[in-house]
This record gives sequence, structure tokens and C-alpha cells, in this order.
Amino acid sequence: MILSAQNLTLARGGVPVLSGLSFTLEAGQALILRGPNGAGKTTLLRTIAGLQAPVDGTIAGAEDAIAYAGHADGIKAMLTVRENLLFWAQVFGNNDIAPALEAYKLHPLADRLAGTLSAGQKRRLGLSRLLVTGCPVWVLDEPTVSLDVEAVAMFAAAVSGHLAGGGAALVATHIDLGIEAAVLDIAPFRARADLRSGTSDEAFL
Amino acid sequence: MSIWSYANPVKFLALSAKLQPYLWAAAALCICTGLIWGFFGTPDDYRQGSTVKIIYLHVPAALMAINAWFMMLLTSLIWLVRRHHVSALAARAAAPVGLIMTVIALVTGAIWGQPMWGTWWAWDPRLTSFLILFLFYLGYIALWEAVEDPDTAADLTAVLCLVGSVFAALSRYAVQFWNQGLHQGTSIPVATGGRSVSDVFFVPLAISMVGFGLLFVALVLYRTGTEIRLRRAQALRARQERGL
Amino acid sequence: MIALLMRDLRLALRAGGGFGLGLAFFLIVTTLVPFSVGPTPELLSSIAPGVLWLGALLACLLSLDRLLALDYEDGTLDLLLTAPLPLEAAVSVKALAHWLTTGLPLVLAAPLLGVLLNLPPSGYAWLVASLALGTPALSVIGTFGAALTVGIKRGGLLLSLLVLPLYVPTLIFGAEAARRGAAGLDPSTPLVMLAGITLGTIALMPFASAAVLRMGLR
Repeated sequence: MILSAQNLTLARGGVPVLSGLSFTLEAGQALILRGPNGAGKTTLLRTIAGLQAPVDGTIAGAEDAIAYAGHADGIKAMLTVRENLLFWAQVFGNNDIAPALEAYKLHPLADRLAGTLSAGQKRRLGLSRLLVTGCPVWVLDEPTVSLDVEAVAMFAAAVSGHLAGGGAALVATHIDLGIEAAVLDIAPFRARADLRSGTSDEAFL
Repeated sequence: MSIWSYANPVKFLALSAKLQPYLWAAAALCICTGLIWGFFGTPDDYRQGSTVKIIYLHVPAALMAINAWFMMLLTSLIWLVRRHHVSALAARAAAPVGLIMTVIALVTGAIWGQPMWGTWWAWDPRLTSFLILFLFYLGYIALWEAVEDPDTAADLTAVLCLVGSVFAALSRYAVQFWNQGLHQGTSIPVATGGRSVSDVFFVPLAISMVGFGLLFVALVLYRTGTEIRLRRAQALRARQERGL
Repeated sequence: MIALLMRDLRLALRAGGGFGLGLAFFLIVTTLVPFSVGPTPELLSSIAPGVLWLGALLACLLSLDRLLALDYEDGTLDLLLTAPLPLEAAVSVKALAHWLTTGLPLVLAAPLLGVLLNLPPSGYAWLVASLALGTPALSVIGTFGAALTVGIKRGGLLLSLLVLPLYVPTLIFGAEAARRGAAGLDPSTPLVMLAGITLGTIALMPFASAAVLRMGLR
């Protein structure tokens, strides 16, 4: 087991969105999150990544093991593709960006300013960042937005490679990646109306 | 029963509703007594003439301007450590009251200073410190207004209050170093150990100060109640939108 | 950490990075002063240390709202928060980058502008010394202000309102040291106080900045 979440209750803006959510992630396993818009997928992923605290419940194994990719890729328009990627590699104590460039076929673009890339190319750059982090758990929020079929295949290959190397991935996505993965539908964990404890608006109801 | 049980908004509202009529009445009584006694029942100062009587507004307002900030500092700390919402909202409620007290102190000071020092304004350390305090209040209130999520706003303003207090204290020493003052010494005997103001003037002043203190507490309780009800409405609406 | 510093410096130097803007602003403010107060050499030389300090302070303020807001918009801050780098270190490095691209050029340019304002010859060394000691505090305090307002839309004006009162002690001691130096008095007391403020803020403010950044990004 690489990552486990037990009995999570999550809130957004003081209002509970999810409760009683538990899952575990083993090495080599991918877990696909599904659920309607606004169900709390992003809130869950941000909580797992440590950007916000759960109202209740525990998360184990997340410390310094997570590479997070949200809606924004943290790409600087005025740096080249290589510089952008090298920066993130160095932050994670790594200097070798060649495999990441290779996996997303970014070599031809390596010396272009990131600001001149198309949306799909930027997304590929953003996803290639995951490969330079060396973190065992990938937490991805809608990673395939604005990717074409070919790029989705690159992404699926990168995830498969990561899993084969003993990593794990938690992915919120609506499309079929063509990789073997368990599916977690978060809709049943929607917070109930009687749930009060711990959320910040509790005291006011 | 611990004092923290009043951190529950419902209990807080109940207690504050019970206390408020007495507080308002006592504040009105003290302020009226203090001011009327002060304005009409004390002799004119032999040097300052009748202008000295503005002291009955000026000193209590200045006192509360500073104490309001201390109260905000305390409630901010309580919020950061114990996460009681009432505490954060009390800090929010106190800020505009403190701001108005600062303005009253500055304006009455200017009105007093004009005949005494021959100028409406001087860059005296005390005056300057109050002006800086005024700016801190403005920034604090503006930050509360600007942040959308109420808990985040409470967190950010609490840290600002803490850091601001350190810098306000630093500024106080810096302006003392920077310019020696015109302002007379403190009028409150405990602060100096002796008496700088004779009893005739001091008793109505003390009554007025107590009155301003009570007024401050009453205003803060009232405003905290308003803030709590606003948060309640907000929480109910947010839940309704999510169908909870 | 070095990677973050190099990246920030590189971004500042690239087109649109804003390097030199603060410097240009400093120059313009200083040139406008004689237009507003008159060209009398005695007057200019007596107000020169204060004007140069105020100009440097405003120039520092100018670039603060880009300091963290750009990283917030493109998601870099979220990613930095999940990276193994401690956030306290990250904000310290960002403050250092801000000082290197804004504060340091101001320190170096100040003597030249001192000539324009007829600064007395004895004042140059103390002006540079006080600015060199004081501008790091301006960057560090400014980073705290930027962290406070990071999630706020159009937070630039609010940032100024929050940061300017915090600048008061630094400005008082810094300008006082420069003024005493120019007047031929001993500036060591305000300089020591200024150094104390700078060291204190460098040591403590990153914790406050990181704390409010975590709160704001939640």
C-alpha cells in the first residue's frame, strides 16, 4: 500500500461536499475517480496533495510522495520548454529531463518559448513534469483536457510505465485511458444533510 | 462550565442579548455623567482655559482606539489557536469601532491642538503613532472585505493583526526616535505613577473613560451578533445551493 | 532553491519581466521632485536623502504585486506547495530574487540620482549604506504583503495599503541614517536600528509569509 485515505470528510468553502470516503492505492495500481461536475473530485485531489486539510479522517503515505497536476500547469510563458522542465526537475532534486521530453515527444519543441505553444502542447509539457519528479504517487486532475488522441496515447503510455515501475496514480478523468485501472465513483459519498460535525459552518446552523 | 462554551454562537447570542440592555444603559449613563460633569462642573484650566474640556472626549477615545487593537490581537490569537468563529468575528466587529475611536482621537486632538500649539497638526510622536494606527485599521478592514471565503479571511486578517501589532510597536519606537514631541504627558495616573491631572478633572475623566469602555463592549457585542447572523445566513444559503 | 532563484532572475530579465521598471520609476520620481518643489539647491540638498529613500521604497512597492500573483495564476504556487521544497525557503528565495532585481539596482543607482538632487558629498556613502541595509527588509516585508493578497482579484491596491504602514519603521530609520549622514552627523544609531529591523524581518517574516500563503491557497 502506497497511499491510504480513511473515512475522509471534505469541505469546500466551509460546506461539506464528501463524507465517509475511504480508498487505498497499491504500488502499480491506478485509481480513476468519477463523479458528476461539482461532486468534489478537485477538492478530494487537492486534499490528497496536501493543499488543504480534510475536515475529518486520515491520509497516510502522502508525505513528499505526491506529484500533483491540477488545472494549471505552472508553465512560464517566457521560459523555453527545456527551462521550464529543468526547473521542476531541479526542485525535485533531479537533473535528467531527457526521458520526460522523449515520452511526450517534446524534443522538437525543447527550445521554443512555452508561451508560443498550443494548448495541447502546453498540457504535454505540464504532464511531462510528472516524469521528472520521481514521486511514486501521481495525483492528476483532468489530465487529458485539450489533448488530442495521439497525446492521450502518450499520456496512457507514461502512466503505464509509471505503474510498471512500482508507482501509483489517482486520476480524475472522464475518458477511457485504455489502461487497466480500478474505478472509484465518488457520487455515493456525497455529504448528507445531517452532517454537521467539524465543518466550519457547523456552529452557525 | 468553561468560558469557551460561549464560543458557541447560539450561547454567545443569548448571553449578549441579555447583557446588552444593561451595557447600553450603563454606557449612556457614564458618558453623559462624565461629559456633563466635565464640561459644566469643572473649572477652566488656568493656562488652557475652557479648551481643556475636550479632554473628556479625547482621552477616552484615544484609550479605546488602542485597546480595541489589543482586543483584536487577543481575539485573533484565540481564533488561530482554538478556531472559535465567534472570536474571529468579534475581531472583525471591533475593527470599525477602533477606527472611529482613532478618528475621534485625531479630530479632537486637532481641535484641541489648534488653540494650544497654534497648529492643527504636528508630526509629534503620539499624533504620528495614531495616524499609523489609523492606517493599520484601514488595511485590516480592507483585507476582511477583500477575501471571499470567510474562514480564509479570518486566518489572513488574524496573521495581519499579529504582524501588524509588532510593526505598530516598532513604529511607535521609531517615531519617538525620529521626533521629540509637543504632546503633553499621559493624563492617566496609573501610567505615570503619580498624578499629572488634579482630582477635580480626573474623576469626570475616569467616568467618561469607563463609559467609553462600556460603549465599546456594547458596540462590539452588537456588531458581533450582526456578523454571526450574516455568517449563519451565508452558511444556510451555501447549504441550500448544494441541496443539503 | 538555487533553481528557483535562477528561474526568477531569468524571468525578470526576459522581455516583459519587469526588470528595470522599478529603476525607471525611481529615476522619474527623482526628476519630478525638483519640478514640484523648485530648483533651489539648498532645499534640494536638504530633502535629497528623504526623497531618494521614498523613491526607492515606492519603486520596491511597484513590482510587489507581480511577485507571487503571476505564480498563483499559472498554478506554480500550488505545485511548489506540493514539492519537497519548504514553503518558507521558497518565499525567502522569492524575496531574495525580488531584492536582486529591484532593491540592488536601486542601491546602485541612488548615488547617481543623488547628484541630480544636489546631495552633500558626505551623504553618498551613508545613503548607499542605509539603502543597502534597508532594501532587503522592504523586499521581505513586501513578500508578506504579496502573500496576504495572493488569492485576491485586483489585489494590487490593497497590497499597497497593507504594506505601506509596515514600511514605516524601515523608512524612518533608513531615511534618518541617510539624513544624518548628509548633514555630517553620526548616523550609527539609526543604521544599527535599521540593520536590526532587516535581520529581524529576514529571520521571521518568511514564516508569516509561508503561513498566509498556505491559508490563501487552501
